[in-house]
Amino acid sequence: MTLLEFARGPALQASALIMIAGMAWRMAGILLLRRRPQYAASRHSLARRMGGGASLILSRFIPRRTFWPRIAVGVMLSAVFHLGLALVFFGGAPHILLVHQATGLIWPNLPKGLIVMASGLTLAAMIALIVRRRLHPVLRLLSTADDYVSWLLVFLPVLTGILLSGEAIGDYGSLLTLHILSVEALMIWLPFGKLMHSVLVFAGRWTMGVTFARKGAAT
Amino acid sequence: MSAPAPPTPPAATIPDAEQVAKAMRRFIADIGPAAALAMESCVHCGRCAEACQFYVQTNDPRYTPIHKIAPLKQAYERELGPFAFVYRLFGLAPQVTAKELESWQALIYDSCNMCGRCSLICPMAIDIADLVERARHGLFEAGLVPADYLGALAEKEQATGSPYGLTQAQFRDMLHDIGLKHGVVMHVDEAKADIIPTVSSIDLKMFPASMAAIARILNHMGVSWTFRTDGFDADNAALTAGDRAGQRKITLGIIRAALACGARTVVMPECGHAFTEMRWEAANSFGQALPFRVVQITELLAEGLSDGRIRVNPGVGERATYHDACQLSRRGGASAAPRLILRALGVDLREMGDAGDANWCCGGGGGVALVKRAQPLRDLAFQIKRRQVEATGAGTVYTSCSGCRQTLEHGGKTANWTSTVASLLERVADTLAHNQKD
Repeated sequence: MTLLEFARGPALQASALIMIAGMAWRMAGILLLRRRPQYAASRHSLARRMGGGASLILSRFIPRRTFWPRIAVGVMLSAVFHLGLALVFFGGAPHILLVHQATGLIWPNLPKGLIVMASGLTLAAMIALIVRRRLHPVLRLLSTADDYVSWLLVFLPVLTGILLSGEAIGDYGSLLTLHILSVEALMIWLPFGKLMHSVLVFAGRWTMGVTFARKGAAT
Repeated sequence: MSAPAPPTPPAATIPDAEQVAKAMRRFIADIGPAAALAMESCVHCGRCAEACQFYVQTNDPRYTPIHKIAPLKQAYERELGPFAFVYRLFGLAPQVTAKELESWQALIYDSCNMCGRCSLICPMAIDIADLVERARHGLFEAGLVPADYLGALAEKEQATGSPYGLTQAQFRDMLHDIGLKHGVVMHVDEAKADIIPTVSSIDLKMFPASMAAIARILNHMGVSWTFRTDGFDADNAALTAGDRAGQRKITLGIIRAALACGARTVVMPECGHAFTEMRWEAANSFGQALPFRVVQITELLAEGLSDGRIRVNPGVGERATYHDACQLSRRGGASAAPRLILRALGVDLREMGDAGDANWCCGGGGGVALVKRAQPLRDLAFQIKRRQVEATGAGTVYTSCSGCRQTLEHGGKTANWTSTVASLLERVADTLAHNQKD
């Protein structure tokens, strides 16, 4: 078995298993904690509370106007990074093919040039974000090893992906192996670090949306 | 966890190990799915700092809201989180020490108004104010509540039901005197009543006219009402102190008083945290839904003005602004009522920037006004509010929270404001149309 075969076969299965089991464990560890019943009379019906949850999930993608002057740089960098990553993952032909093989789902891919541009922007935004994390006093204070490990484990697949798209750079087979292995490292880490926010963001926003809608408060 | 440079905390009287154990027990007991989700979700983006008046005014990263709950998070990760065993096994989250708890006291009590503005900016929707309240519970259990003022308040509250140590007899006498002074009929300790108003300890000490105002308005409405001396002070300083037992005792006292007279409505005074406690937490302390409704005074006034039970003589073009108390607007869902009242009063309302849900705290909320050593920081935070008020050009700053009123009055005096700070409740009482029932 070559390293590429290993990466495409057992390593992919193992990392997927660890990711799913780890995510399930973490979510269960959070959601199964003892709940306090809420007896206070709600201002709104159950439907409006659910609506509050759904609305907050969407509304938090764009910060309130009043906050923009102080957070514009961070928000824009973060937006470029997240949107770029989403375009590359969901629009790149090889990724769609992989998903198709695994699940049977398929959708049209984006032009390769657009994917390369999105990858480049994602990479640039990531570099800017890590530099900012090192320079900004608040971010430096808050940062832990998790921030840097998570950054690296997202950076590597993006970097190897760009190199792969160039085709002329390096040995394709080796690069592909590296790319797949780096994605698998990311999958293994995902449930244990801050990358889990890709799931928690929805649960967190929903929880606050429902809670605050209950009070008739701002969501 | 790197410890912040601390102001000198009071000497702890509880041994270190016991202090830590007590704090940990409380931290852990307080964390349910919502709090766990909040702590698991943080991506360390630092945006919360940009919504916090203490950071915005100082640029000191220690005042980053999510940083203020670091000991709580550390305790959670080590003792309760899904990977707690990994954290303990590899020493990734060491046990919080007594020294760390002491050094965090100033961040948790002095530099957080629990205003929740940070919860509006957080992309992960973490309710940091709620986490700070839980962190305070742990610190209170460990004996680390600021001793200068807040602890004493909470102790007095436990003994008498009032943060200022007012007994039932003293309150009864006080109400009698206020009734005489303001020429208003006071209903006190009546056996049956539909409505019981409560008061804030700040009103008792600083603004007794507000008690005459509520009496005058309820008389005007022609409803059956009574003050109850067995459950009158809703201020509940124990809540902001982190004293869960004290908080529950005060709350249950008011509930029992309401039940005793068959009240259908309990009215919260002009006090943000009193409303938060009674409207959103009291039923949980009681263990079931309350058999009466809880409204904040502005909600009652707005209802009365809307259905015609309250009639006022509107003024002409008084230029005023309104300061939202965070617990009433952003965290309580009662932003609309005061504006309805101001319209009914004919006020030319000049809103401040960020009025309503995104308002800036006056700087004194969350019990910060009670911590003497926090005054320089509080004054600095107030500068945002000062600029906002001055930009409106309003002659009067109305508010519906006596804590805010106190902070605004103090700040206004320091800033030589020509505008006055006033209670919306008292303004309505002063503007009532003549009524045979009065």
